[in-house]
Amino acid sequence: MSGGILIIGAGQAGMQIADSLRENGYEGGITMVGDEQIPPYQRPPLSKGYLYGEADEESLQFRNEKFYADNRIELVLGDAVVDVTTTVSGGVATTASGRKLTFDKLALAPGSVPRKLEIPGSDLDGVLYMRSIADARALKSRWDSANSVVVIGGGFIGLEVAAVARKAGKSVTVLEGADRMMARAVCPITSEYFKDAHERRGAEIILNARIDHFEGADGKVSAVALQDGTKIAADIVMVGIGVLARTEVANLLGLELTNGAILVNEFAETSNPLVVAAGDAVMLPNPTGAEGLVRLESVQNAVDQAKTAAKTLLGEREPYRALPWFWSDQADLKLQIAGLSTGYDQTVLRGNPDEDTFSVLYYKNGRLIAIDCVNHVSDFMAARRCLAAGNNIDPTAAADSAVALKTLISES
Amino acid sequence: MPQVTYILPDGTESTLEAREGDSVMETAVKNGIRGIVAECGGACSCATCHVFVDEAYADLVGGPGDLEDDMLDGAASDRRETSRLSCQIKMSAAFDGLRVEIAPKQV
Repeated sequence: MSGGILIIGAGQAGMQIADSLRENGYEGGITMVGDEQIPPYQRPPLSKGYLYGEADEESLQFRNEKFYADNRIELVLGDAVVDVTTTVSGGVATTASGRKLTFDKLALAPGSVPRKLEIPGSDLDGVLYMRSIADARALKSRWDSANSVVVIGGGFIGLEVAAVARKAGKSVTVLEGADRMMARAVCPITSEYFKDAHERRGAEIILNARIDHFEGADGKVSAVALQDGTKIAADIVMVGIGVLARTEVANLLGLELTNGAILVNEFAETSNPLVVAAGDAVMLPNPTGAEGLVRLESVQNAVDQAKTAAKTLLGEREPYRALPWFWSDQADLKLQIAGLSTGYDQTVLRGNPDEDTFSVLYYKNGRLIAIDCVNHVSDFMAARRCLAAGNNIDPTAAADSAVALKTLISES
Repeated sequence: MPQVTYILPDGTESTLEAREGDSVMETAVKNGIRGIVAECGGACSCATCHVFVDEAYADLVGGPGDLEDDMLDGAASDRRETSRLSCQIKMSAAFDGLRVEIAPKQV
C-alpha cells in the first residue's frame, strides 16, 4: 500500500475529513497529526460547559479509542510537522519528534491561534486566552479563587466567559476597543441589546476602551490600566481579540495565502494539486454563492467544508455550498445566527429585546440574507430552513411578531 | 454501564454501553453511529440529533424543555409524540435498556 492520506491538524475539520473519507468508502491509510496531547475534541464547550463543570475532558472527545481503531485512523498526537516535501504523486512530512510520514495526498486543517495582546505586563501570570484544552485548564485552575475577571474583547468568546463569571458571582468588566460589541458578527440592534443584557446581569461594559498595560505583583496580574488612567482590579484577564490562521505548514509548502489565510477554491483545493485545506485557517469563496472570499471561524464551516475536502481527495469534486450558521450561549442568552449579513440594507425586528426574546432579520434588495436570534429558536429554525432552500420572507409580513415566521416562507 | 439501543433509519439496531453523564447523542457519536449528526456538539442549537424515544421509556425519559421543544418544531424530520433531541438526554443507570429510533432526516 502507498502512503495514503495525511491530515495535518486534529481539530473539528481534521476529524471530519477523516470521518468523511471512511464514510465515503476510502480504504487507504489515514494518519492525523495534532500538536495537542489528547485526541480530537470539541472546543465550543471550553468557554461554557467545561467552565461550569458540566462537561469534563472525556465528554468533550469526538470519538472513543475503538472508533479510531475500527476505522484505521492513526493518531499522531503531541507532535507537529516541521518539514514537508512533495513530488507530483505524493510526499513526506517530518515531525518534530523525527517521524517520517509518507502520503499520496495531504489535507491541512491547522485551525487558528488566538491573537496575542502585546503590551507591558502581558507575560504576567493570569493573563489568559481561550482556544485549547490547555487554555481552558489554565483558566479553570485559577477560576475558583478569582474574585474579579476582566475580559478583553467583547466577542463571542469573551462574552461567554463573562457570562459564566457573572453567574459564579465574580466581578466582571468587559473591555471592548470598538464602539459596540460583536461588531463583526451582528448589527447594532443586537450589539446594543447584548451590552444592556450583560449590564443587567451585573457586568460592567466599557466600549472604545484603550488599554495601556497590565499591572502585577509577584509575577501575577492584579489590574488592567487604561490610557485614561483608569485601573480595573483583575485576578484573571481573559483576552479574546480574535484569531490568526495557522499557516506554518502551508508556508513550508509554499501555498498561496490571502490575508494571512490559506487560499482555497470551492473544492477546498489549494495552489498545490496534492493538497486540500479546510476550517478556520482558510480563505474560501463565499459558500452562499455570493461574490467574494470569506473566512469562516465556525463549527459549521469546519464540518461542511471538511466534507467537501474529503470528496475532493476521493476524486468526487463537488462545489462547497452551505448556509453558514453560528451560535453563542451566554448564560441564559442563546444567540443563534444564520446566513452572512454583510451588505444588508434593511433590518426587521421581531419580538421584544426587553423580554430577552427577539430576532433581527437582515435583508438585501428585499431578500432575506441572515438572521440573529436571541432565545428565539422558532424564528431561527424557520429562517435557517428558508435561507438554506434559497427562499424568501417578505419583510413587511415578517415585522408582525404575532405571525410565526415559518408560515411566511415563499419560494420567490 | 447503562445500555442504550439505537434503531437506525434502515432498521438495523446497535446497542452500546454509555458512560453515565454522557448524553444519548454523545454515546452515539463517540462510537461512530451514523445518522445522528449533532452539528452543534450538544448545545441544543441545531436539531440534528433528533430521536424518537421508545414508548416504553417515554415517561421515564420525560418530554423536551421549552427551547428544545421549539427546536423540534423546526427539525428536518416531522416530530412525533416522543421526539427528543438526544443531546438533551443524559444517560444514567435509571435509563439502562433505553431504546431510541434515529429520525430519518436530520439536516
